[in-house]
Amino acid sequence: MSSNDTERLHPKHSLWDLQSGETGIVERLECLGSLRRRLLDVGFVTGARVQCVGKSPHGDPKAFLVRGAVIALRSEDGKKILLE
Amino acid sequence: MGLSGNSTGFGVWKANLPTKGNRKRKKPQKIQTVEKRIAIAGNPNVGKSTLFNELTGLHQHTGNWTGKTISNAWGYYRGNASSYVFVDIPGTYSLLAHSAEEAVARNFLCFGKIDACMVVCDATCLERGLSLLLQIMEIVPKVMLCVNLMDEAERKHIYVELNALREKLEIPVIGITARKRDCRELVLQGLEELLGENESSASKPENSQSVSSTPTGSDTAVITYAPAIEKMMASLLPLVRPIVNHRLPARWFCLQLLLGDTSLLEETGHYLAENKSLSSQTLKEIKHMSDSLLQAAGFTSETLADSIVFSLADRAAQICQDAVSRNRSNNSLKDTAICGHETCPLRNTCSCGQSSSLRKNTVPYGHSASPCGNASLSSRAIPPEQRIDRLLTSRLLGYPLMALLLLVIFWLTIVGANYPSQLLTSLFAWVESRLARGAEALGLAPWLRELLVSGIFRTVAWIVSVMLPPMAIFFPLFSLLEDVGYLPRIAYNLDYCFKKCRSCGKQALTMAMGFGCNAAGVMGCRIIDSPRERLIAILTNSFVPCNGRFPTLIAMISLFFIGGAGGALELGSSLLAACCLTCFILLGILMTFLFSGLLSATALRGLPSSFVLELPPFRKPRVGQVLLRSLIDRTLFVLSRAVLAALPAGLCIWLMANLHLGKESLLNLCAGFLDPLARPLGLDGTILMAFLLGLPANEIVLPLVFMAYSGAGSLQELAGFETMKEILITHGWDWTTAVSVCLFSLMHWPCATTLLTIHKETRSVKWTLLSILAPLSAGILCCMLFHAVAGRQP
Repeated sequence: MSSNDTERLHPKHSLWDLQSGETGIVERLECLGSLRRRLLDVGFVTGARVQCVGKSPHGDPKAFLVRGAVIALRSEDGKKILLE
Repeated sequence: MGLSGNSTGFGVWKANLPTKGNRKRKKPQKIQTVEKRIAIAGNPNVGKSTLFNELTGLHQHTGNWTGKTISNAWGYYRGNASSYVFVDIPGTYSLLAHSAEEAVARNFLCFGKIDACMVVCDATCLERGLSLLLQIMEIVPKVMLCVNLMDEAERKHIYVELNALREKLEIPVIGITARKRDCRELVLQGLEELLGENESSASKPENSQSVSSTPTGSDTAVITYAPAIEKMMASLLPLVRPIVNHRLPARWFCLQLLLGDTSLLEETGHYLAENKSLSSQTLKEIKHMSDSLLQAAGFTSETLADSIVFSLADRAAQICQDAVSRNRSNNSLKDTAICGHETCPLRNTCSCGQSSSLRKNTVPYGHSASPCGNASLSSRAIPPEQRIDRLLTSRLLGYPLMALLLLVIFWLTIVGANYPSQLLTSLFAWVESRLARGAEALGLAPWLRELLVSGIFRTVAWIVSVMLPPMAIFFPLFSLLEDVGYLPRIAYNLDYCFKKCRSCGKQALTMAMGFGCNAAGVMGCRIIDSPRERLIAILTNSFVPCNGRFPTLIAMISLFFIGGAGGALELGSSLLAACCLTCFILLGILMTFLFSGLLSATALRGLPSSFVLELPPFRKPRVGQVLLRSLIDRTLFVLSRAVLAALPAGLCIWLMANLHLGKESLLNLCAGFLDPLARPLGLDGTILMAFLLGLPANEIVLPLVFMAYSGAGSLQELAGFETMKEILITHGWDWTTAVSVCLFSLMHWPCATTLLTIHKETRSVKWTLLSILAPLSAGILCCMLFHAVAGRQP
């Protein structure tokens, strides 16, 4: 039930793999240009702690808590944020 | 220009005069008077506009969502000691701008010749606001930090140490709650402090550039970047300094050179070349040098930006670590319990406002204090707003709740509007009879009497009595939703559908603005980054009925579907009416999706771009203020526009009804001419003519229909709903005609104001024409289809 911290923190590859309530730490962004800047702006910086806080009815835009604000992302964009 | 919401705000009209510094560029010396120019900057949705309203008393419309302010708004404050010009600039996450409204913000900060900048931060996510603050501090020498939403932070047990912030940042810092009235004094005090100290130390009356004369400005480093970047900047600085000539901070300019944002560099080039002779050659040389430096250091523009943003975020986190504390004694679970375990009820817990200072000392999953499955503990640990959010966006209830909310709003509108409408109608009927008698007593000529009373007064009376009650109920309700913060949730819920149509979820926000006014909705499309998706949103905006068309829909439905005789509305029939209205709106939304998809597949081919939308926390609406604002801003404005547009149109109809060509009146001739076109749609020539004449304002379509019918001599006095229905029925209406009118009203050409706005936004006749064709073709198709199915049955 209570597995160790490291395992819980590291099993996911991208932000999109997080389920509601799970937390991860951003490693890098796999995108360029305006999307990259936008993501950096709202707080998806290397080392930032991100928590998935919910899904939309279709499960596609998911909501992530990062640096105190809730940001909605689509799957295409979420998959470009890689976690530690 | 826009009509409702923020676009009717006085500020926007002013803002349109000096945008982008064009005016300032021409005569830089003239502006410098006693008034100090203060920019209000900050992240989106931190309450800049609220603070701005509070400071200036201007009624700029505010809402709880990102992108509400799309251009600079100007307001004045004149106090005893000093006068200020406050400029509310669009919210931005950073100054590395990418969307149109963010570029507006950045350019204003760089070239707007401001005396000081007030950066507004949200106390519940201070860290992110601080990144922006640091960037602004690099450009603007005099910066004040306003930590807003202190009350909300307190509720979330987040405590901001203002003194610690002040020490760290070395700028004035104030803590405010902009929604309460106490903030003005605090802000003014802060500004005194900020501007006062400067005047003693460095006063150069001749120089309009405050940037130049301050010690804090150009060269002191606000943040230290990575060593490699600092090294590059050090080698660029000696070259840059003579160019910027104290007009822009040299360090900041170096950074921009390295980043190579071409649009900004161009702007800067223009700005610097204005007074001093700066050849583009020099700029090019330096640019070349910075590029080679970048290459030598092994940076690409992406890694450079990353590094810069990382330094900013890191510094912001450091500051926050010292300045933000959380009271854990109250509810320790709330802060620490985040469980990824599937069956644990605590996994839903949100640690709102968690800052990175907590990153190190929080153990996210070791919630040993709260054993899994302890329901009472966990329910206490989930913040109520998080639970509401989950409900509103849940798989099962997300869509039904949206429809239900729409239904409830419509139902309240229909039920609530019924009585005042009847009352107003009988009141105006009484006034009209008096007027008629008065005119007779004055001995006016019969034709003039007719013109004044039947032509003008009746139109105005009709519009007011039919439009005012529903609008006065619908808009405040809608504004309340906006103020609470529900609109971004709609965008969040609907984004999947928009993605399927290869467009952007933010289109839902522009649609919501379209409910108020399509012209405002079209302007609001600026919040969409991708030009292709923005164009789709603009072209499909008029599928959402604006307030001009709502009364038509409501009147049709209440006349023909609920038979509101005698004013007594039964619950069942009013619900039915609300359902009908909701169905029409849903049809409009469906059409939006359909045409968005169609456009994406044909004229505007392309892949969906990204969707990054902030979902702000729910906020308690300020009911009184919202009611007042929506009444003044939207209702009365739209009503007066309707009346103004109706007067000439009413005159036109009256003249057409009374001018005769041969035996037939002009009206009948025109109606007869249009009749063959209108019949297949289930309409008649008069209705189609009313729609055509209603181009300046859709509000007047139904009044025009009545006037055309009554102008033919069947209505002597303005009367209640029952009589109206009788008139319509004697002119061959039945319920299918009513449905056709609703359909056509929902989907025909946008009004003239909207068309002008579309032309202004797209700068293209082609797209403007398409914006007429798209809804018109849909309307014709729907009407013909409906007529073919329903019209055949006797």
